[in-house]
Amino acid sequence: MIAEILSLLFLAAGTVFILISAVGVVRMPDIYLRMSASTKSSTLGVGFILLGAAAYFFHDLGVFSRAIAIIVFLLLTAPVSAHMIGRAAYHTGVPLWRKSRYDDLYGKFDPQGKHLDSSLESTQRNPLLDEF
Amino acid sequence: MINAAAMYFFLPMMVLAVVISFIRLVRGPSLPDRVVALDLMTTLGIAVIAVYAMAFNQPIFIDIAVVVALISFLGTIAFAYYVYRRVDQ
Repeated sequence: MIAEILSLLFLAAGTVFILISAVGVVRMPDIYLRMSASTKSSTLGVGFILLGAAAYFFHDLGVFSRAIAIIVFLLLTAPVSAHMIGRAAYHTGVPLWRKSRYDDLYGKFDPQGKHLDSSLESTQRNPLLDEF
Repeated sequence: MINAAAMYFFLPMMVLAVVISFIRLVRGPSLPDRVVALDLMTTLGIAVIAVYAMAFNQPIFIDIAVVVALISFLGTIAFAYYVYRRVDQ
């Protein structure tokens, strides 16, 4: 009984976060902000849902440990894949939102754009962003 | 209690989230936008499978969620690598 109530609470919390992440992916103005919404919020939401599944199947140790294993795996892999997509997007020149304040990577790629070089000293701003 | 709640409330909410993120997959102005939307949809697929396992009391479906988690990570990495390399040609 207590496991069911706990499971319901986890499911409700996870559903809220998942809906927030889906709305954020549609409404955010920029791929980098969209990635922030999708990665963080959906990982939290799916983690809550799987915690609910773990609480519901608590009597079965195999299923319980598998649900916990999925949570650990998601926490390990979501930042890695978000980093890969963000790097690829910046590399292929997907523009930032016009109202972004900082673009610290601007000018830090060498002219071919292949390698990131922090020793390239660049004080110029990204001209596509608004002035503040 | 939880079977009915999962089947009639939580599962439709998950499907609604998948449909909303599908809008970004269709509209996304650039290829990485679509990759982000696809990544979110596969992540939501794991949640749908977990809720389905609870709704119909079939714990065996959690195994499928493990496999989907592994495959979706590999797929996202492959898409990102493809986007990264596509500029060279």
